[in-house]
Amino acid sequence: MTATATTHRRAAHAGVSRPGRARLPFSPWHLLLAPLALVFAIPLVWLLISSVMTNAEINRFPPALWPSGINLGGYRYVLNNALFPRWFVNSLIVSGVAVVSNLVFGALGGYAFARMRFFGSRVLLVLMLATMAIPFQLTMIPTFLVMKSFGLIDTLGALIVPSLVTPFAVFLLRQFFLSLPRELEEAAWMDGCSRLRVLFRIVLPLSRPALSTVAILTFLSTWNDLTWPLIAINHDTQYTLQLGLATFQGKHHTQWAAVMAGNVITVLPVLLAFVGAQKSFIRSITSSGLKG
Amino acid sequence: MSSLPTPITISGHELRQRARRQARRQESATAWTFITPAVLIILGLSIVPTVWSFLLSFQADNLVTPSRWVGLDNYYALTKDPHFGQAVRNTLLYTVLYVPLSIVLGLALALALNRRIRFVGLYRTLFVVPFVISATAQGTLFSFILDPQFGAANSVLHWLGVSPQGFFTDPAQALPVLVAVSLWSGLGFCVVVYLAALQDVPQPLIEAARLDGAGRWHLLRHVTLPTLTPVSVFLVLWQTINALQVFDLVYVTTKGGPLGATTVIVYFIWEQAFKNFTAGYGAAAAYVLAVALFVIAAGLRVIRSRERQRLEGATR
Repeated sequence: MTATATTHRRAAHAGVSRPGRARLPFSPWHLLLAPLALVFAIPLVWLLISSVMTNAEINRFPPALWPSGINLGGYRYVLNNALFPRWFVNSLIVSGVAVVSNLVFGALGGYAFARMRFFGSRVLLVLMLATMAIPFQLTMIPTFLVMKSFGLIDTLGALIVPSLVTPFAVFLLRQFFLSLPRELEEAAWMDGCSRLRVLFRIVLPLSRPALSTVAILTFLSTWNDLTWPLIAINHDTQYTLQLGLATFQGKHHTQWAAVMAGNVITVLPVLLAFVGAQKSFIRSITSSGLKG
Repeated sequence: MSSLPTPITISGHELRQRARRQARRQESATAWTFITPAVLIILGLSIVPTVWSFLLSFQADNLVTPSRWVGLDNYYALTKDPHFGQAVRNTLLYTVLYVPLSIVLGLALALALNRRIRFVGLYRTLFVVPFVISATAQGTLFSFILDPQFGAANSVLHWLGVSPQGFFTDPAQALPVLVAVSLWSGLGFCVVVYLAALQDVPQPLIEAARLDGAGRWHLLRHVTLPTLTPVSVFLVLWQTINALQVFDLVYVTTKGGPLGATTVIVYFIWEQAFKNFTAGYGAAAAYVLAVALFVIAAGLRVIRSRERQRLEGATR
């Protein structure tokens, strides 16, 4: 984020202190930002803390705000009374397939729209753009009927097929490919490389930022989705983590430590991914709004 | 023998053209193999269902037995249905509270974060992290924190000498509490979008205004905010579209209750289609929502293309 750094430098240059004023040993902005940041952080901290508390500590009134020690009872309860490991694997399969297929099909489609002239390209592009404005609520009932007729309801297939490729992935990659210089591709093209080779050998290695945006946004939307799994899945062996957590909470709402332990399991992959690739995440989130 | 040169030139010209035509046809074929998966999935699972939904909304369908054509009856019934009316009112109230709050607070936070102080990266992380967490996880977490009996919120209030609150279980509080929880996760998005936009505020403009003796407040009001206007308009529309579609959080925290206080439109649609199995009625409600969203999305597109023209004009 070089842009951020430069503005910060400018901001520092701008914030020249005026003489005659009492100066804090730190920027006065901390007085505003620190408490607010704390408010944002506390729920997550509380999530972690309460997942290692005993139910006795939670059920006391007023409940304890600090555990007497690290108690893994909640995690044990979750593993004994629910299929969290299974749901974890299900979520991993659904999100993993969706990410890979969005990258592959999004790149193929985006490249065709960006670089190739073919019959019907304009109409198709407009149609695809138009589908981005169709809200999911409008398509969910017929999509359920389509999946039912394919016999996919109650299988992971029902979750995977609708998210195999999104118009967003196609369009975002098309825009990125258009911004690349044509000359590199043309040289390879002249040397007799096929379109597919040009795409995979030359274009995609240059498209890391766009590909990571597609991967991150696809991962977030499939991993975090509840609505569609709720509609398409009935049997608990086919649950995703979100559906599993929501159902588990409904059935065991007095076992708060266990519910929070399940919640930690659900949230941790996203949190770790966010912390590990924060810059890419923030860039992707921003572009989801500005370019999508 | 004398006729030899003529055929050569003709066939040469024709050959070249034929080769070009063939190359173009080949390219078209390759392109179609590239886009076929995307076209099948995207058109098959959005254009077809959109038309299907439209037809469904004129039918009495329970997803099992063959459906019956009922014309506009579903739409007429919606206008008479007090539950749908309540769902619309709840959704609008949620939107009217959530959208301005998320944008004003998001802008304020972004302005506060847009400076070079220590821990600024940490602050930004803490504000954005809730955005990547699923509505389900948020919902279970806040159901626990705000649990009237076992929740930490009431024990903090107890400490402060405030009587325990009902939160999600109190019909008068449930919706505002829902907005507050949504703000916890939704603010981060506005913050990062505004932070990105603040990088684009032209520095010479700020310098010039400062030389003219503009104070901080003046700079904000007359330089920074006007430059941010397109982003703000975009955010208003974007957040409105999302607010009108809220569902997951409601499903996890209140299931539309208590006493229907948090039944929003999408919850109503889901209930009609997948709990009461009146799919035709649900589809009609979905179309009402979709038309509202289409109008907003069209507004978004118009503003964006106008913005693009303005930017292109500026760089020229």
